[in-house]
Amino acid sequence: MRTKKTKIKFIILLILVGILLFTAAFAIHLTPYDPYEQDLANALAKPSAQHLFGTDRYGRDMLSRVILGAQTTVFSALALVLIISVTGTILGMVGGYFGGKTDDLIMRISDLFLAFPGMVFAIAVAGVLSGGLKSAVIALACISWTKFARLARSQTLTVKEMPYIAAAKLSGCNGMQILLRHIFPNIAGTMIVTAMLDIGTMIMELAGLSFLGLGATPPMAEWGSMMSNGRSMLQTCPWIVIAPGIAMFVTVALFNLLGDTVRDMI
Amino acid sequence: MRKYIIKRLLQLIPILFGITLLTFVLMHTSSVDAVDMMEQNTGMAWTEEQKDAVREELGLDKSVPVQYLNWVGNMLKGDMGTSYISGQPVLQMFLSRLPMTIYLTITSILLTIALSIPLGILSAVRKNKFTDYFIRILSFIGNSMPGFFMALLLMYLFSLKLGWFPVMGSGQGWKSIVLPTLTLAIAMSAKYTRQIRATVLEELKKEYVVGARARGVREKKILVRSVLKASMLTIVTLLSLSIGSLLGGTAIVESIFMWDGVGKMAVDAILTRDYPVIQVYVVWMAIIYVMVNLVTDIIYHYLDPRIRLQENS
Repeated sequence: MRTKKTKIKFIILLILVGILLFTAAFAIHLTPYDPYEQDLANALAKPSAQHLFGTDRYGRDMLSRVILGAQTTVFSALALVLIISVTGTILGMVGGYFGGKTDDLIMRISDLFLAFPGMVFAIAVAGVLSGGLKSAVIALACISWTKFARLARSQTLTVKEMPYIAAAKLSGCNGMQILLRHIFPNIAGTMIVTAMLDIGTMIMELAGLSFLGLGATPPMAEWGSMMSNGRSMLQTCPWIVIAPGIAMFVTVALFNLLGDTVRDMI
Repeated sequence: MRKYIIKRLLQLIPILFGITLLTFVLMHTSSVDAVDMMEQNTGMAWTEEQKDAVREELGLDKSVPVQYLNWVGNMLKGDMGTSYISGQPVLQMFLSRLPMTIYLTITSILLTIALSIPLGILSAVRKNKFTDYFIRILSFIGNSMPGFFMALLLMYLFSLKLGWFPVMGSGQGWKSIVLPTLTLAIAMSAKYTRQIRATVLEELKKEYVVGARARGVREKKILVRSVLKASMLTIVTLLSLSIGSLLGGTAIVESIFMWDGVGKMAVDAILTRDYPVIQVYVVWMAIIYVMVNLVTDIIYHYLDPRIRLQENS
């Protein structure tokens, strides 16, 4: 019973995430207005039938900007999670399996990045790459792979002691084969669940950097920077903050629910 | 024990060197020049000669390795440099901001403990009943809510609409700390409640609980004396992670509420390329990281003496 219920939940969530990804991918064709077109006569309009989420200080339609913002934020976060989970898993497995100096080196580097404040990294990378969301993604990637590396390492250390690994060694498998064929399949589940649960966090972190002015910069439609722009007008035009805020909350909640469900299924 | 602590503190040295060197290299490969930023700040146009003079004065004309060695040399003498923007010694600047961050850390941690331990236990005890579902939904919402959205919503509701608390600033007594504390505590409590619930459920399944029940020990006593005590490891782990990040100054919350802590100082310094201030901040983050890990390991050892103190964590 329990599993059937989980399965149905999983399918529903998958459809919802599918809709979200579809909207994000084809955002440009789905927006009612041009997200970048200014209409100063219509600036700061309240939510109405014409502009469901109102307009911002340049008269740009908030709904269109929120939809386009989904593209920016969701795809950057997905790319980020993919990069850090793959890099982290590989480094963690290699460190955990081979041990010794390789392991020491990887762990010391990860210590260094763990202690390093993400904001400082973001701005440094932004300086080299002339700013924008790409540098925020790279900066977060540099500090966030450590989590996956540590997890993959500890998982590998456990799996490594299993008798079947010894058997594989005896039958002449080399290190690479053991890692790929025998260790990776056993830790993949945990790594995938962790990666899925990290999507929501990364969406929030990326938007947070943009909110501080260290990621996406105006006029780019990005939820964090849109909210940062609306901050000063919170009293008179709260919709500028609330519309992207709710979009972000729903998106993060959706990915978190999906992650939880996948964890229950594995 | 003392030997162990000294050994662990010595680990701080390579991390400090690595992290400061990394900041130095990163900052100096940046295409934005600190002197240009200073020029923008003064609002006057400087000639190239003036800029060069400023560079020479700040030592920015030397090569990066030389600059780094100079910085390390000065730091060992206790001089962390002066801010490019305010001209103040950065150490003094940092120390004057630190109490505000510590203050916010204490209030939000206390509120988090007060909220999440009872809620987590309640949720576990009432598993799959209405109370449990309600608490779980709240904690799910808190987990999916970006901190800055929460902050802005609280500000809108309690400051702008109801007028109960000041909109920003740290100068209005206890009232100004309420909203930043709430923002931080809600997010942390959401995470803690979930974890505490899971840990308590795990403990409740164990044989000693069944045994205690069979002996007729009251449920409340089992919960407080045994289960809560056994769940302390989880709680300490969570707390140490949170305290670490809170002491680093929560950049977003501090900037939204104009709270004059180290997080806001760091954001301001980063946006104006105030290198000496950024360096102090980075050093502080490294110290917190090592200290928090050390203290956590020692607490683990006291809570559960089976956990041995190892030299390499």
